[in-house]
Amino acid sequence: MKKLKDRMEFRPLLSLIIILLICGILSGGSFFKISVVEGHLYGRLLDILRNGSKYMILAIGMTMVLATGGTDISVGSVMAISGALACSIVDQRILMGLNGNVFAAIILALGAGALCGAWNGFLVAKLKVQPIVATLILMTAGRGIAQLIADGKIVTITSDAYYYISGGYILGLPFPMYIAAFMLILSLIMTKKTAFGLAVESIGVNSESARLAGIKVERNLWMIYVFCGVCAALAGLIESAGIKGADCNNCGLMIEMDGILAVAIGGTSLSGGRFSLISSIIGALVVQTITTMILAFGVAPEVIRVFKALIVIVVCLAQSPAFMAKMKGLFDKKRMVAQG
Amino acid sequence: MDQNNLLVMEHINKRFPGVVALKDVHFSLKAGEIHALLGENGAGKSTLIKVLTGVEHMDEGTVAMNGSHISIKSPLEAQKHGISTVYQEVNLCPHLTVAENIYVGREPLKFGRIDWKEINRRSRELLKGFDLDIDVTKQLDNYSVAIQQMIAIARAVDVKAKILILDEPTSSLSNTEVSKLFDIMNMLKKQGLGIVFVTHFLDQVYEVTDRITVLRNGEYVGTYHTAKLPKVELIGKMIGKEYEALANDSRSAVESNAGEEYLRLEEAGTDNISGVSFCLRRGQVSGFSGLLGSGRSEIAKLIFGADKMNSGKLFVENKEVHIKDPLDAIRSDIAFCSENRKKEGIIGELTIRENIIIALQAKRGLRKAIRYSEAQKLADHFIKELGIKTPSADQKIKNLSGGNQQKVLLARWLATDPKLLILDEPTRGIDIGAKAEIQKIVMKLAKDGMSCVFISSEMEEMLRCCSRMFVLRDKEIVAELTGDKINEAYIMNCIAGEGESKS
Repeated sequence: MKKLKDRMEFRPLLSLIIILLICGILSGGSFFKISVVEGHLYGRLLDILRNGSKYMILAIGMTMVLATGGTDISVGSVMAISGALACSIVDQRILMGLNGNVFAAIILALGAGALCGAWNGFLVAKLKVQPIVATLILMTAGRGIAQLIADGKIVTITSDAYYYISGGYILGLPFPMYIAAFMLILSLIMTKKTAFGLAVESIGVNSESARLAGIKVERNLWMIYVFCGVCAALAGLIESAGIKGADCNNCGLMIEMDGILAVAIGGTSLSGGRFSLISSIIGALVVQTITTMILAFGVAPEVIRVFKALIVIVVCLAQSPAFMAKMKGLFDKKRMVAQG
Repeated sequence: MDQNNLLVMEHINKRFPGVVALKDVHFSLKAGEIHALLGENGAGKSTLIKVLTGVEHMDEGTVAMNGSHISIKSPLEAQKHGISTVYQEVNLCPHLTVAENIYVGREPLKFGRIDWKEINRRSRELLKGFDLDIDVTKQLDNYSVAIQQMIAIARAVDVKAKILILDEPTSSLSNTEVSKLFDIMNMLKKQGLGIVFVTHFLDQVYEVTDRITVLRNGEYVGTYHTAKLPKVELIGKMIGKEYEALANDSRSAVESNAGEEYLRLEEAGTDNISGVSFCLRRGQVSGFSGLLGSGRSEIAKLIFGADKMNSGKLFVENKEVHIKDPLDAIRSDIAFCSENRKKEGIIGELTIRENIIIALQAKRGLRKAIRYSEAQKLADHFIKELGIKTPSADQKIKNLSGGNQQKVLLARWLATDPKLLILDEPTRGIDIGAKAEIQKIVMKLAKDGMSCVFISSEMEEMLRCCSRMFVLRDKEIVAELTGDKINEAYIMNCIAGEGESKS
């Protein structure tokens, strides 16, 4: 076993704990308060877990893509497509034959996500388009497709079954958490029990070497983009269930950046190679905690972005070994001066 | 010690976590001298050079130039002191022009803007001094590696260098290119530069150098005048064991009898080569010799499916097989070590263990990961069997020396239990000790019934290892030799086009 300090999860976990502690201290402890209402747990921490679920799910897919040295900036648009499709079906605007069946809507939305991923994968793996350019296409076109599906309107729905995706509770805990946990376990099995993880890392480090060692680079890349698409679709379902409707223009807007940020905070190199899903989950929690913290302390809306940026800068600097070494050197020097 | 030393390094110590890389090492360089720095892989040559060029910091020791102590904290400081380095892999920018490469970072200005005319003019002049008359406004990657190397040296010298370090500059050059490089080295020497020359080619050491410093396992062995040190003694100092024992091993496998046919190509071709026909036998090392670019590597990539076969037929054990990609080849028990270790071999960020098991994993399918315990066992087995020098299988492969990386790659393929092993330049850029070991392993594998393909630019090792030799010229097999006909003179004739044509 590696020492705790050397594990990839160590630094992001430390960041998360520190941010939570700061929140706790500033709020005089009320940040950590958890109350039970009608058998459901409520509190800031629960908010973080519930609202952070979609970031976690996105981060899982994004981690794999980034580990291959690629990127997927279309996830926000895929979320919009998935939400628009599911809501339109549930509201019986399209595919009337399904009678607004929620289950069918979910399956079709996830299928649409997979299709979007397959398109990205086709461009990246087969046509060798640079990932950022390839996924930029769907990032732009995706919202248009979502608009087409929703006929240019904001689709509002009334379906308790659909609301459950975001608002449901099992054993007192919010339902999206279970979805995130399921995706995490699924992806952990996928990468650890099979050799898929090794393939992802080897492609990310040196795809030509990987190919000559017998790894089917194209096929694996393709699968990864499909998986990322499905993750995005899932996040889209949670988001649309949360706002009880599909807003094609705003659903998942700029969320790809938060997804990439979560992975980066988790410590997976954006140039590919070693990755840790758990780290990325922690990274997603850090991102969500910052958002919740801003809301909890009522930071003025006009400075929210600046405030968030400041925290992100600090977190990222704390992740940089070079920066930390410099800081340490500075402190050592000071101490020497003090002693001298 | 002489007073006219340009550079004196004394009592240099450098430790890395878990390893002592340099232990009390001395090195001195005179102006107007070519000084060979020799040693096996992992002997500490690279570390010493990195210390000198500011890439690494020494733990203890002193460096003095022209009698006064200096401290080198960064590559930039090294340059300011007049220490320039040209590395084995040309580290210029392939997409910039030749002139841009020479002047990048120190562009002459005119009215605050870069003076391109001046850059091009000066570059042309500079290269003329090196007997190179090329278009300096063309992109660098239009030129051969040899010319790129010359350009790199030209750039290194032009920054007012006093000391020029050449780290394996000849490993990718042809003989004529090497001799041209030597002319330039001699010219620079006359101008009073001190040149540190790192190489694995001992003949070249005797051709150009004045003195030799030998390192072994991070320790200083000694400094000698080249003319006074016989080659055999030098080798003895480098590897520290009886060289005779290794040398006597030669040709033992060559005599072994070949088994039945294993693989046959009929008029096969890819985008890079066409009309290839030959057959390989079990229990035999077959060599492909020819000049660089004669089609040796293309044939290897054809068999392995690295380049897609688009004509002809391929038979394995008399059954036709279709190999579309490397995985198909691996599943047909074929293994291939590319000549380009860094780009097509190692997966740098991954551990030795992962690098070893990856091909086996691919062969078995990705559905079920090889268990940690099995992987560890395999890695430990090969680390011991092939003598890979590493503290543990958890090391990243990029931290190993070239020879040890090569052994890991060999282990990767042996782990798949191949029946045909193709080795393209397996000993390039690695030291004599590891070289002899790899040759020995290959011969032993053939003896045990494996069919091996050996490709190398070094005639000596080809002669030693191969019992069947295919000679290539201009992407065509021009001769197939066995027995007595495998001798240097005859092969040279075939390559030159004066030998027998293919029967």
